[in-house]
Amino acid sequence: MVQTSADQDRINLRARKFLMWLFIISSFMLFAGLTSGFIVYTAGSVERGLKILLPQAFMYSTAVIIISSVTMHLAYLSGKRLQFNKQKLYLTLTILLGILFFIIQLSTWRWFIAHGVYFVNYNASQSFLYIFTGAHLLHVFAGLIMLIYALLGLRKNIPQVRNLFRLEVTSIFWHFIDILWIYLYVFLLLNQ
Amino acid sequence: MASIALHDTAVLHDQDHGHHKETFITKYIFSQDHKMIAKQFLITGIIMAVIAMFLSVLFRLQLAWPDKSFPILETFLGKWAEGGRIRPEFYLALVTIHGTMMVFFVLTAGLSGTFSNLLIPLQIGARDMASPFINMLSYWFFFTACMIMMGSFFTQTGPASAGWTVYPPLSALPKAIPGSGIGMTLWLISMILFVASSLMGALNYISTVLNMRTKGMDMWKMPLTIWAFFLTAILGVLSFPVLVAGVVLLIFDRSFGTSFYLSDIVIAGQVLPNQGGSPILWQHLFWFLGHPEVYIVIMPALGITSEVIATNSRKPIFGYHAMVYSLIGITVLSFIVWGHHMFITGMNPFLGGVFMITTLIIAVPSAVKTFNYLATLWRGNLRFTPAMLFAIGLVSFFISGGLTGIFLGNAALDINLHDTYFVVAHFHLVMGSAAIFGMLCGVYHWFPKMFGRMMDEKLGYLHFWLTFIGAYLVFFPMHFMGLDGVPRRYYAFTEFEFMKEWLTVNVFITWAAIIAALAQVAFLWNFFYSIFYGKKATQNPWHSNTLEWTTAVKHIHGNWPGDIPTVYRWPYDYSKPGHAEDFIPQTTPFSETMSSNLPHDFEGNPEAEYIQEEWIKSHASELQTEEKV
Ligand code: HEM
Ligand SMILES: [Cu+2]
Repeated sequence: MVQTSADQDRINLRARKFLMWLFIISSFMLFAGLTSGFIVYTAGSVERGLKILLPQAFMYSTAVIIISSVTMHLAYLSGKRLQFNKQKLYLTLTILLGILFFIIQLSTWRWFIAHGVYFVNYNASQSFLYIFTGAHLLHVFAGLIMLIYALLGLRKNIPQVRNLFRLEVTSIFWHFIDILWIYLYVFLLLNQ
Repeated sequence: MASIALHDTAVLHDQDHGHHKETFITKYIFSQDHKMIAKQFLITGIIMAVIAMFLSVLFRLQLAWPDKSFPILETFLGKWAEGGRIRPEFYLALVTIHGTMMVFFVLTAGLSGTFSNLLIPLQIGARDMASPFINMLSYWFFFTACMIMMGSFFTQTGPASAGWTVYPPLSALPKAIPGSGIGMTLWLISMILFVASSLMGALNYISTVLNMRTKGMDMWKMPLTIWAFFLTAILGVLSFPVLVAGVVLLIFDRSFGTSFYLSDIVIAGQVLPNQGGSPILWQHLFWFLGHPEVYIVIMPALGITSEVIATNSRKPIFGYHAMVYSLIGITVLSFIVWGHHMFITGMNPFLGGVFMITTLIIAVPSAVKTFNYLATLWRGNLRFTPAMLFAIGLVSFFISGGLTGIFLGNAALDINLHDTYFVVAHFHLVMGSAAIFGMLCGVYHWFPKMFGRMMDEKLGYLHFWLTFIGAYLVFFPMHFMGLDGVPRRYYAFTEFEFMKEWLTVNVFITWAAIIAALAQVAFLWNFFYSIFYGKKATQNPWHSNTLEWTTAVKHIHGNWPGDIPTVYRWPYDYSKPGHAEDFIPQTTPFSETMSSNLPHDFEGNPEAEYIQEEWIKSHASELQTEEKV
């Protein structure tokens, strides 16, 4: 009996983890929609387009989020090896890097405004800059909440299956956020 | 370590399924049981359908008697019908909310929400959805969306009025028309909640189908209902987010002054500052969802029909694999045809040609499905239950409405027919009527599973015939109006000379619509009365093969009291030669049906084939004598 219910839970956790993959697909479609919208819009007339060079800060934020992916993976590995102190450390690091990323991205908005690239703009290609980074930041925000949730679980000493489940789901999502940003950055670089 | 792990999962188990006491609230309101959630979706969907139908009767009154005054309208609608005549702004609000509610609330949430929730766990052999909690949220988001949409009727300026496709600038400029104000804002909020609800549902359906099938239930043993719900959910996951992308931009245009969709606009002599936007961008984003959406609406109905037609023809569904592949074909193709809604936006004729070709290709899998239905019916042992009649009705509407799609798919013809009543006729037959019939078919068929009682057949027949004839009388004449160039969404046919001759037809259509609407009372009475007082159902009233009929009539949490049954065969072994009964449930192993097994049943398993051959040899004499007798 124990065996069968354990089996069933394994199936159920697998099914739930799969929900995260599906969510990632739908979220990817959101950005596919936005970027296609950008292409359709920009192709409409020569007056449209980014018409600026992207700020340096994007390089830094890209570096930060890539490193945070590494620490996320390290947290996952330590959790799997039952090294909970290390897991705690790496999770905290990931959260800090995530916050740093958040701040750098917001600082680029300042930079845009200083360089005359406003959100309310007759050249909506430039408005798209805010839409892309803003929608991505919403995902980062959700990711941060998941990270904190995983960290809290560790504090409360939840069973290892649960802990590992939270870690796995969080790391899938965090790596997705990372890749998503790289996609957006490359997309913008190609269009600048 | 192993023992720890087991212990841990056992703890987890208790947390998840918690056999705590059920209160009224956890059982009927915030239920996490898929069967209860299905009923919640169904009843909410039915209420929304009644409201949306009532709205349509209101605007039909206006179309039939544009000069006549109905004082009673003023009593109910107040300033929206001053002097007993519906105001033009309110007319636009009516058609908009009618379309939105029917397409999204009734035929998407009401249909998928009800039947995916009810049937996916029951037919694949799972105890519940992947995440019952998210499933519950999905319903409550939907419910809130409905409430907000209804709430827009109680605002000063009225509900959204830009049509169900909410094209900018009417949707993007709060001052454009009365409905562009708070009504439009509420529409957008409601739709965002609705999309969230659909996505939560769809994620659950996909994950459950892929991960939680019972032993023996491989993908090719799934009933066509499950295939249809599964592919519908995939369509939703891939297309709804794109609508969100469009809506986000729309919200910024409305409330923050950006110009994604707006350019060169003058309202009441005042030039607006917005420059550089493109309203066509919205159309791309909308129809990238919009076209898949129409298949999100029809595919579950097609799945339900497949099941009901096979069961009630007492025949295997014709071309099971072809049915699945055509569903897959529709799923894939529906992402590359959206341009056929935009032929007249000035798109590059070459691009228009491409969309035309993809559009005509999508007619092929649709036709395959139709032929397979007809072939299943052909020489079947037909049982005309109400569900079966509605299934046949769906096939009829799908054919008559699909044919006009082929006309519209030709850019050269569509440039003339676009935005006329021809389009209205097309989609009300192929989508509106067909999908509603699929939904009603499902309700009649699975009512015993949902409520443990039967619906009344006689009322079912009355309901079917009145609705079936009514729908044709309403929508068929519209083709001719469209061919004559009568545009859709026009308030009064008296205002244009060439439209006046259609007034009599409008009167006819309105009467047909009123009768068809009254016919729904037969259904509503039957439905609600039977929930409480219907004849008690037996466990498998239709002699079906699928798994849901192996569960007890009385619902229990987790569906099967003991182990989940194992599946051995596909779901369509009806009237299999050599078997005593005319159906063999999926849970019957081949070892119990030696007299009817066929070589291909064993999927190339040499041992099983050998056993079967031996059995046939040893029973050869018996079989021959039987044949002689
Ligand atoms: C045989 C395959 C089909 C073809 C070739 C086809 C083609 C078309 C075309 C070209 C239009 C655009 C007409 C216009 O606005 O000028 C259209 C409109 C529409 N079709 Fe179809 N269609 C087909 C099947 C379906 C099905 C199966 C559904 C739904 C279940 C459907 C639902 C709709 C709807 C809702 C509209 C109108 C949208 C609006 O403007 O409000 N069609 N169809
Ligand atoms: Cu379409």
